[in-house]
Amino acid sequence: MNNTGEKITIVDYGMGNIRSVQRKFLELGYQAESVDNYEAVMKAEKLVLPGVGHFANGVKNLKSRGLWDAVNEKVIDQKTPVLGICLGLQLMAKHSEEGDVEGFGWLDAEVVHFDVKDKLKFKVPHIGWNSAIASKTNAFTKDLNPENLYYFVHSYHLVCRIEAEILGVTNYEYDFHSIAGRDHIIGVQFHPEKSHEAANDLINKFALFKRV
Amino acid sequence: MFRPRIIPVLLLKNLGLVKTIQFKNPRYIGDPINAVKLFNDMKADELVFLDIMAHAEGRPISADFVKAVGDEARMPFAAGGGISTISQIEQILKAGAERVVLNSAAAEKKGFVQEAAKAFGSSTIAVSIDVKKKFLGKQQVYIKGGKLATGLDPVSYAKQMESEGAGELFVTSIEMEGTMQGYDFELIKNISHAVTIPVIANGGAGNFDHFNKAVNECYASAVAAGSRFVYHGPRNAVLINYPNEQEIKSIFG
Repeated sequence: MNNTGEKITIVDYGMGNIRSVQRKFLELGYQAESVDNYEAVMKAEKLVLPGVGHFANGVKNLKSRGLWDAVNEKVIDQKTPVLGICLGLQLMAKHSEEGDVEGFGWLDAEVVHFDVKDKLKFKVPHIGWNSAIASKTNAFTKDLNPENLYYFVHSYHLVCRIEAEILGVTNYEYDFHSIAGRDHIIGVQFHPEKSHEAANDLINKFALFKRV
Repeated sequence: MFRPRIIPVLLLKNLGLVKTIQFKNPRYIGDPINAVKLFNDMKADELVFLDIMAHAEGRPISADFVKAVGDEARMPFAAGGGISTISQIEQILKAGAERVVLNSAAAEKKGFVQEAAKAFGSSTIAVSIDVKKKFLGKQQVYIKGGKLATGLDPVSYAKQMESEGAGELFVTSIEMEGTMQGYDFELIKNISHAVTIPVIANGGAGNFDHFNKAVNECYASAVAAGSRFVYHGPRNAVLINYPNEQEIKSIFG
């Protein structure tokens, strides 16, 4: 146990596998808890926004549980570091085609459905192991090996409008933005908690990240 | 670069690991949680657990068991067997499975797949299609652990499941299952050409060439196998095994 990082607070809004995300942080020696109410989110030192499922349901669940404003205040006003996973990354965008609803808008990005031409070879959802070419300058991604394979499962993906917010690119017939972020915000389309050791470096970097 | 998944399929009977041949004669192999640990070490892509007694016993695969797997597995896994209600799916996903595998209920309960996909997202719903040729007849979809012929054409059924919102199709040839003589390649190819969601080839894989052929000639998005990953040698000694990184690279070359 290294325990040198701040406590990780995983936002439980009823979308997907919270347990495996928590277990990943615990395995690597960090404190991690899952929370589902406004007060607990407001106390967080570091947030993880996980999630699997429909974008509109994600927004609806966050709002109905009173978590939406808490997460937004933490990330925007208090600059609390946040890691988004899968739907959690997509929620950082301004808008999604899935349900035609607005996200947090922390990133200048749109979420769109995969638009593949070769429908025989490139089935959707994109399920399986794929690599990501990550930014060599970003604090979270700089040491990720481009040979690493991560576990993906999604039908929609991010399209960033600002070059600087694109932190990683993955190819599935065409290149899409699989890692995005800025400053204290980082999101990944793949599942670090289900990718064996491939994303441990990213998890460690996030857990040990110090705000400037 | 995208790489097709190679998926060990682990069959359960009374929470022990078993292996069948053509859906019959389950032979005890060992402890499933121990198998998960070994597949962790070998960095398996994904696991599929199917409780082959669940349907006959009128219950879903145990959520406690799924939780035990979830506490151990470092890779994604799917769970199936006897799942027939939305609340059962919810429990199994909560217990830690990435996906549920639906079989009999998908065919028997109208609108079930649609309802499930709407509630949990397509990517969490896999539909398993067991196929066999009826004596002197055409290939058709079987349910209830391969015991009941539905009269449904596998390709039309696959398309129907896609339109209802299934996120992927787990296609098994009952005749080839456990034989290690190769998949029913025609079947895989026909279904893969008919749908735009991923197709997992299952039933009959005995060597890496079978994996290659299923992907490169039949457009399977993933390959699954049971015997190949639990047996070793001409006498089928029990030995959990999985290709290493170099071997995987050479398989799909």
